[in-house]
Amino acid sequence: MNLAFIRSAPPSATPIESSPGYWQSVFSRLRRDPVAWLVGTVILALVLMAILGPHILPGDPFTTSMFKRLKPVGTAGFPLGTDELGRDLLSRLMLGARLSLFMGITPVILAFFIGGSIGIVAGYAGGWVNSLIMRTIDVFYAFPSVLLAVAFSGALGAGVDNALISLTLVFVPQVARIAESVTTQVRNRDYIEAARASGASAFTIIRTQVLGNVLGPIFVFTTGLISVSMILASGLSFLGLGVSPPEPEWGLMLNTLRTAIYTQPLVSALPGAMIFITSISFNILADRMRVAMATRS
Amino acid sequence: MDNQDIGGPAQPLLSARQLVKHFPVKGALGKRDVVRAVDGVDFDVLKGETLGVVGESGCGKSTTARLLMQLIHHDRGELVFDARTVGGHDLPLRAYRRQVQMVFQDSYSSLNPRLTMEQSVGFGPSVHGVGKRESLERARDLLARVGLEPSRFAGRYAHELSGGQRQRVNIARALAVNPRLVILDEAVSALDKSVEAQVLNLLQDLKDSLDLTYVFISHDLHVVRYVSDRILVMYLGEVVEVGPAEALFESAGHPYTQALLTSMPSMDPANRTLVSPLSGDPPSPIAPPSGCRFHTRCPHAEPVCGQRAPRLTPVAAGHLAACLMVEAGAGHSRSPAVALRLQEV
Repeated sequence: MNLAFIRSAPPSATPIESSPGYWQSVFSRLRRDPVAWLVGTVILALVLMAILGPHILPGDPFTTSMFKRLKPVGTAGFPLGTDELGRDLLSRLMLGARLSLFMGITPVILAFFIGGSIGIVAGYAGGWVNSLIMRTIDVFYAFPSVLLAVAFSGALGAGVDNALISLTLVFVPQVARIAESVTTQVRNRDYIEAARASGASAFTIIRTQVLGNVLGPIFVFTTGLISVSMILASGLSFLGLGVSPPEPEWGLMLNTLRTAIYTQPLVSALPGAMIFITSISFNILADRMRVAMATRS
Repeated sequence: MDNQDIGGPAQPLLSARQLVKHFPVKGALGKRDVVRAVDGVDFDVLKGETLGVVGESGCGKSTTARLLMQLIHHDRGELVFDARTVGGHDLPLRAYRRQVQMVFQDSYSSLNPRLTMEQSVGFGPSVHGVGKRESLERARDLLARVGLEPSRFAGRYAHELSGGQRQRVNIARALAVNPRLVILDEAVSALDKSVEAQVLNLLQDLKDSLDLTYVFISHDLHVVRYVSDRILVMYLGEVVEVGPAEALFESAGHPYTQALLTSMPSMDPANRTLVSPLSGDPPSPIAPPSGCRFHTRCPHAEPVCGQRAPRLTPVAAGHLAACLMVEAGAGHSRSPAVALRLQEV
């Protein structure tokens, strides 16, 4: 073999060239995606509406009037009509974004942290620890999520707090399962072995080597859950287990307006349309993020 | 991070004593079987040498490597590093991991895709308490040392490097904690021949300048012969022969080693291997053959080979083989009558 010795490069003072990091390139791909822009704008508008809520309302969402019940869309003073008690529907929908988004997003954030931690620990530990955790999780998984949410909520009693707890309980197993499966994949990579060989503790390895590789997929999955959460939260309110009247919440509004479906079909469909737009926006955003993350530069 | 010599030059750097590792597997009908991946392995790694480890796939080479690195723990036996028991009182596992490092075969899978090269290389030192800034500085020095210009490569990610460059980073990462022993598990096997030669030279260079000891695991006998001082041959989880590289290649003491050497492709087209020296796959490590594990495929097998397990017996100075044909009074028709008397080695 003809072999030339490799000479050490002399240390240089030139600045380090750096490549865009993973998240940087994911965001730059997302920025170039028109669909992501569209749904991002919708979500931003909804969030702004929820934050600014009371300060930008065109009318009073709580004043009732027997004479102005169920006005159609386009009535003077009531651009989106009135509900069954004569309250301004536009104001109620705008104020409703607050509770609806809060009830849709909070359980998902809680589940992201709780379920994510459980799943990552189970996936990294492997062996009997994994079996113990995952078989317990499977018990929850055996029930349909709607049934589970109603059961927990019913057991805990009506109210926003209890609805949030029960929704979180519904999502924790789902997030944990995804977290476990991606962590298990990553755990068997040689770079984890190499990190173990360098004497790092399990906690250090999870923090520095595992998290960066598993948070992306877990985050995408969890974002997709926001739509489910909103629909379930609306469902709980619809059944009287979530928000209680006269507080405006889209699910609850859908429930009370359903009796007017024959007289004012458009007005009674509006809360449902809001739920639909919000949840599909989150769904599409999650989907575009998955696409942006799957691409190798 | 000082890794000082303790036992002096004559003390082997690492001794494996009767290492055993069995993996449980679920057999048919819920029957519990064990794969005897490593089954009583005994050898020394001397200070400053390169010990080549060869054998067919499935013979326990990689399991041995992982045992030496303590990524998996042995069921029985003992590892002694420079006169101290690994995992014992004077050498806890964490301290041992500063002395021994490993380079894996798959250069891509052994680098974290989310970390830059300097972060990957600097991880080891930071685990052992070196400050963040200093770790990165050290990482850049090491990148330069393995022939990668730090200003170009320190901020790069694994997918932006070629296989040879990635393996250089892996070598730098292994060296980052100042180890005394580096285990190279098929570290150059996945590289192109020309790149392989460059990396082998780099390894030799680093070994000389940093006083390293290598355990070099490979299935490529040409490469092993080129880099090794001594060679260890494994078959079905056991050591069948160990000896100085040249002696082993010139006069192999075990029929398995002879077969392996005959199977080496020759550089000379007039000297092709025409008959396959070994037929079939090695027997299952779940139920290895009785007696000598090689007797089912050995051209010199006799009934006694199925009954009596051979011991590692000296055939020359520092050269041992586990075969009844070299063991005195073992009952094989070719067994010598008296044991070979060696002058004090």
